[in-house]
Amino acid sequence: MDHEFPSRRRFLRLSGLAGASWLTPVGEYLALAAERRGKTSEPAQSVIILWLQGGPSQLETFDPHPGTRIAGDTKAIRTSVPGIQLAEGLERLAEQMQDVSLIRSMISKEGDHERGTYTLKTGFRPDPTVVHPAIGAIICHQLPVGSTEVPRHISILPNAWPPRGGYLGDRFDAFLMGDPAGPVPDTQSLTSRERDQARMNYLHLLDTTFAASRQRRLEKTLHRETIAAARRMMTSEQLKAFDVSLEPVSVRAEYGDTPFGRGCLAARRLIEVGVRCVEVNLDGWDTHINNHELTRDRVRILDPAFASLLKDLRSRGLLEKTLVMCLGEFGRTPTINPAGGRDHWPTGFSVALAGGGIRGGQVIGATDPEGRPNPADPVQVGDLHATVLTALGISPSTVHQTPIGRTVRFAEGKAIPQLLHDPG
Amino acid sequence: MPGLRDLIFVGVVGGGVVALAAHLWPPPPNQPATSYDAASYTNADFRESVQRVDASFEERWQSAQVRPTRDAADLLIARRLALGLMGTVPSVEEIRQFEALPADQRLAWWLDRILQDQRFASYFAERLARAMVGTEQGPFLLFRRRRFVTWLEEQIAQDRPYDQIVRELIAGTGLWTDHPATNFISVTAQPDKNNQPHPIRLAGRVTRAFLGLRLDCAECHHHPFAEWKQSDFQGFAAFFAQTHIGFKGVYDGPGKFEVEDKKTGGVKVVDPAVPFAKELLPQQGSRRQQLAMWVTHPQNPYFAKAIVNRVWAVMTGRPLVEPVDNLEAQGGEAHPALAVLAEDFARHGFDLRRLIRIIASCRVFRLDSAGDPEPGEAEDLNWAVFPMTRLRPEQVAGSILQAASLSTINAQSHILLRLARFGQENEFVTRYGDFGEDEFDGRGGTIPQRLLMMNGKLVRERVAAEILNSVGRIAWMAPDHPKAVETAFLATLTRRPTPQEADHFTAVLANQTQRRGQHMEDLFWALVNSAEFSWNH
Repeated sequence: MDHEFPSRRRFLRLSGLAGASWLTPVGEYLALAAERRGKTSEPAQSVIILWLQGGPSQLETFDPHPGTRIAGDTKAIRTSVPGIQLAEGLERLAEQMQDVSLIRSMISKEGDHERGTYTLKTGFRPDPTVVHPAIGAIICHQLPVGSTEVPRHISILPNAWPPRGGYLGDRFDAFLMGDPAGPVPDTQSLTSRERDQARMNYLHLLDTTFAASRQRRLEKTLHRETIAAARRMMTSEQLKAFDVSLEPVSVRAEYGDTPFGRGCLAARRLIEVGVRCVEVNLDGWDTHINNHELTRDRVRILDPAFASLLKDLRSRGLLEKTLVMCLGEFGRTPTINPAGGRDHWPTGFSVALAGGGIRGGQVIGATDPEGRPNPADPVQVGDLHATVLTALGISPSTVHQTPIGRTVRFAEGKAIPQLLHDPG
Repeated sequence: MPGLRDLIFVGVVGGGVVALAAHLWPPPPNQPATSYDAASYTNADFRESVQRVDASFEERWQSAQVRPTRDAADLLIARRLALGLMGTVPSVEEIRQFEALPADQRLAWWLDRILQDQRFASYFAERLARAMVGTEQGPFLLFRRRRFVTWLEEQIAQDRPYDQIVRELIAGTGLWTDHPATNFISVTAQPDKNNQPHPIRLAGRVTRAFLGLRLDCAECHHHPFAEWKQSDFQGFAAFFAQTHIGFKGVYDGPGKFEVEDKKTGGVKVVDPAVPFAKELLPQQGSRRQQLAMWVTHPQNPYFAKAIVNRVWAVMTGRPLVEPVDNLEAQGGEAHPALAVLAEDFARHGFDLRRLIRIIASCRVFRLDSAGDPEPGEAEDLNWAVFPMTRLRPEQVAGSILQAASLSTINAQSHILLRLARFGQENEFVTRYGDFGEDEFDGRGGTIPQRLLMMNGKLVRERVAAEILNSVGRIAWMAPDHPKAVETAFLATLTRRPTPQEADHFTAVLANQTQRRGQHMEDLFWALVNSAEFSWNH
């Protein structure tokens, strides 16, 4: 019995080292090498998620039904793609439509905010025995680190349910940050270089004492890892990517002088330094009362930010490498309630996809103009996730073992071929 | 010519230094500040319950073939109690009093001192309030979170039985300002429905917070594991259909609970009904009074377990059943210790202090968080080793502030000190990242937390070698280097340095390249930035 302990310990130490290898210079070199090759097949390399928390009304955004009873006076506008209409208010996005595809027939089984958010962010319904990773976590896990010195999975203006690493580990949780109006706080060391070095040495000594006979548990805290990452950030030139005040005033104005607009601009800057996934949050879509007025107010913020992001990415040659998706946890009822609001509607809502790996200018599925559920060509949440992962060159059927030994696929649906560029 | 004024000046300064030094070295006379109720720890009934809890863990260890790790040091257990129940590490002053007592009395004395401290009532109330009313500010004018927490703090300070507290929350009437318990109802006021309370949210809150059940998931669909049906949840919500909010506050009147009938498309009325243990539901009283009696009935199979699971989690950092508000999550298969503790709690009049004393006395609470050989996943899972969990932001902030002061910061401290502490704590808590109600999730640390601890304002101000900070006081007053190092360790990590650490840092302080104050700043910075400081262990 006793002889088992040392070997188990050794195994843990080895596996611990394996887990940290992505931090080492060798790992980074290998990753860099991997990044340089394979330019021919051109899968996307990063994702920007515009997350509309609360459940946006499809009728007042990507799926208008002008002139019908369910529209409740919402008008539609033409876009740069003949035959595709958007709701009024999205005039600037309409000019970018050739790069945007819409899924109007999303189907989910979750009509509660927390459960719906989990489902759309991970591609799976909540399950008490496992926490699934969000898209950004899978991408960071699967794609190489490259020369990125800042966190590679970031959520800007996060809400109560930020994207998590789940069974891939907390190290894949999103880095949470607020309005990127200025520099990242607390990134300046407090003291001289000599004293800073002494402090780090002391810290090392203290952690060595603490690690004695709790090495495994200390690794789980990510304490050393987060200190190393924080210090890498502090001295990195890439830190400037967070700070949109370094952009010309005219560019900032294009995106909109709002936290969300600045978030989208920061997302572009972060993608440029190799960040894999940036989620930018826009709250306030839960319009149980006064739907039209509240949604119009949100759309006014969304439209310039989304459209400028696409334009900006394209002009910098980044759009083909960056997949942009815009979605919330569900849609809203076609029927308008007595308070002028729309309630939760997970059966027939819209998602917009654009850029890297996605063929633009298309519409998948259609909702009923009378407001009945069960849209044509329904798309399950798992299919959406499979499509996004495929566009990034990650196989959705990759199987992973959870900590309790269950095997789970990265996405349980099928990619939608129509949305993807032909391989090769 | 040295005048009288110079002499007085020298005298005053010298006297001040002597007084200050006398205050610190040696420590003030170690008369325990409070007595403790020895009988409550030694009576046969108490001992028996502790032994039954211990036995339930020992059985699990045997069947899982794991061995419990070594016992933890007394000071480490004292630190756990202070963090879990007061949200701060013990002060150096408290450590000195603790150590002046005979070894077999220390922990009981310390726990009872905590239970009599206003910091306990206040911190514990805040932790429980999160489950009761959430962390948000709620509807404007109709909800006063501060009043609610203060009320709860008073109930805990007065040792009011837990079942009485819960009955008042569920069935209370009146204005949220002078009957603060009713904030439990008014926090759900719906501005778009004439500020009337929300029966569904209330039903969800009651089942989660007081029964440890997520019946509300059945609102939209049938529960995957437990047997709850949609109609169970609707029947539960109907208990709040006669609850109203008016200008005199929360009151009961006429009302019915209507839901959409999926078959006919029309509306049907749902009568109040409980999903299990129907025989415990009284016939008299308002709907809410009936529900309150049923929820808190000593034979309700979930009521005591739910709070036991939560108190266990607050004290150890990890619930016995995860997540903390879902006793059915693991298919209803809870750790047997939960039933033992719940039975004792119900049998002794829902006495929170007794529950806390039992948890603190059981063997698991006194196990170390490390061992040789190092405990593995199986030991972790079966509580053969004390859990290691990330401290909450207010616990980290509270500990930084306490570590920066050698004497205890408590209700007796100067009001300005407490106010300053409150403001700094709030800013720090927001930045450190408060996940709100989502507690006990066993997560790792984050990069923003490390940036805040390494470079943030609170740490910068508190590790500065100034006369009001422990760093400065130790640097100037400690009789020798080893004593200075030891005090710094006690103030931050609640332990003495290992011989290796003592040697290393004594040599550092002796190094004349910079002032002792600067060396002390560097040491303190490292101590509060260590994993040991930010984790409960």
